[in-house]
Amino acid sequence: MTDWGPHLPALQVILPMLAAPLIIALQRHRLAWVAATITSFCSFAIAVALTRGVLDGQQYGYLMGSWPAPYGIELQVDAFSAIMLLIITSASSLALLGARDSLDVDIENHRQPLFYSAWLLVLAGLCGMTVAADAFNIFVFMEISSLASYILISGGSDRRALPAVFNYLIMGTLGATFYLIGIGLIYLMTGTLNLADMEQRIHEVSDLKPILVAAGFITIGLALKAAVFPLHGWLPGAYTFAPHAVTVFLAACSTKVALYLLLRFDFFVFQPNLSGHDIQFTYFLMPLAVLAIIIGSLVALFEQNLKRLLAYSSIAQIGYILLGASLVSSAGLTASIVHFFNHALAKGALFLAISCLAIRCGGTLINDINGAARTMPWTFSALVVGGLSLIGMPGTAGFISKWYLISAALEHGGIGIALTAVILVSSLMAVVYIWRIVEAAYFREREIATAAPQEAPLLLLSVTWTAALLNIYFGLMPELPVTLSMSASELLLEHMP
Amino acid sequence: MELLGLFHYWVFAILLMIGLYAVIAKRNLIKKLIGLSIFQASVFLLYITMGKVEGGTAPIIQTGSAEQLFSNPLPQVLILTAIVVGISTMSLGLGIVVRIKEEYDSIEEDEIQEANKQ
Repeated sequence: MTDWGPHLPALQVILPMLAAPLIIALQRHRLAWVAATITSFCSFAIAVALTRGVLDGQQYGYLMGSWPAPYGIELQVDAFSAIMLLIITSASSLALLGARDSLDVDIENHRQPLFYSAWLLVLAGLCGMTVAADAFNIFVFMEISSLASYILISGGSDRRALPAVFNYLIMGTLGATFYLIGIGLIYLMTGTLNLADMEQRIHEVSDLKPILVAAGFITIGLALKAAVFPLHGWLPGAYTFAPHAVTVFLAACSTKVALYLLLRFDFFVFQPNLSGHDIQFTYFLMPLAVLAIIIGSLVALFEQNLKRLLAYSSIAQIGYILLGASLVSSAGLTASIVHFFNHALAKGALFLAISCLAIRCGGTLINDINGAARTMPWTFSALVVGGLSLIGMPGTAGFISKWYLISAALEHGGIGIALTAVILVSSLMAVVYIWRIVEAAYFREREIATAAPQEAPLLLLSVTWTAALLNIYFGLMPELPVTLSMSASELLLEHMP
Repeated sequence: MELLGLFHYWVFAILLMIGLYAVIAKRNLIKKLIGLSIFQASVFLLYITMGKVEGGTAPIIQTGSAEQLFSNPLPQVLILTAIVVGISTMSLGLGIVVRIKEEYDSIEEDEIQEANKQ
């Protein structure tokens, strides 16, 4: 029997990428769904195997075609990529499993195989961005996942998705091209595209000005992809009008992969080489993070559409992740990486609950769910669990990351206290906007003209509850994400001078 | 002389700005895509320029001639990939514009926003 262990990083990308075209050949839509879901769960199994290996202290480096590293293409998996792979593959698997019923409403049967094929391409692209150790490969995978996700978002029946996705396409391409310019400038100065090699060779560069410009281009490009405030303009439209299952998948992981790359570039490549870069990084990103947290939560307070409300809350959560990172300390980075994981759990559960109620209530406006909790108790109790985790109630996953974030902020004296105040105020705002949903669903009367909605389909409901229970599980036993985040933040700070 | 020596880089910067301006300022979706295309093409120029060695040829080893000067082929290979990405982006973008035209009967951003408000 061959030992698959060393090949896992490559299989992580190749499996969904090969399955994507094959799925088109399956003409039946149900068969295509089964095949896509199985593929996604296989990728999840690979991610779990990789994580176990990383936790055992194994190093994964894979040379494509056995060409030695700086010349050939290298794939790499460490603790940071392992936690990202877990988030991506589990989000994709759960979203696909629950997608069956909600996609039947959104997309005609004969188009579904094409849709699942695009889904697997997004999965392959996101996994590829995470495992690649080569700057240009990251660009190619980024474009694979972006192009396929434009298709997913515009695949539904809502015509408003089209202008939203056009906007996303323009912004996404601008972001990717900025990234490409940055990579070009670095290649010009160092002659390499391998990230580890890049870091070594920048030491020998005498004129650092082009590298500084490159750092600017890469930061802005990736911030566009990650919807960092004020570059978030494309996000609410894209999340709101996408088919519900797609929103679950993309909201849980797509912006986070861009943030992951941002941290990777800044801490592995630039921080060790540009003097004072850590201070610039903090001064540039911290105000943006604080603004994102406050403005994102503020807009969410007044939003009438549930999906748009949660999209603005996502912008605020991206702010939390960035805030942790901008502290440039071990505790701050740990908090930020734990929040990658916990926010994916909370938002995944919330958007799954939204797709349950969208099927039955006929819309995602707040007035559509008036009094719906009486006939859909399971859906709304899952939504409440997800909401509590988003707020950061003790006993849910969200509490863990808020706890780490606040204790990291308090290490920084006066500024830390101000930041803690920001975090607490925005958590209060989260209480208010989640309460608005709860109030409508539990305490308002349903208009008599409309029939009371039924409980959601069993499969979708059980997936939603799985996500909700995971929020509680990782709130009570946070060892796995915390251990991975700690070793990831150690890795990131390893090269710091 | 310095200015002339950097001629290609100036062209790159100017094209980049023309493209970016069109993407941001134009309200017609097709014009936006044209801007995006110019924007991407300028980056192709940046890559090709940095790989060029004066008097260099394609890196093919020929018997007989002892000393040969080659241009760096790697940026060209990278840009070949980036061109493919650019074409896919453009065709997907145009496809979306066709769908928008079908649904909204317009490709002007203002009119689409107006239709969405109703």
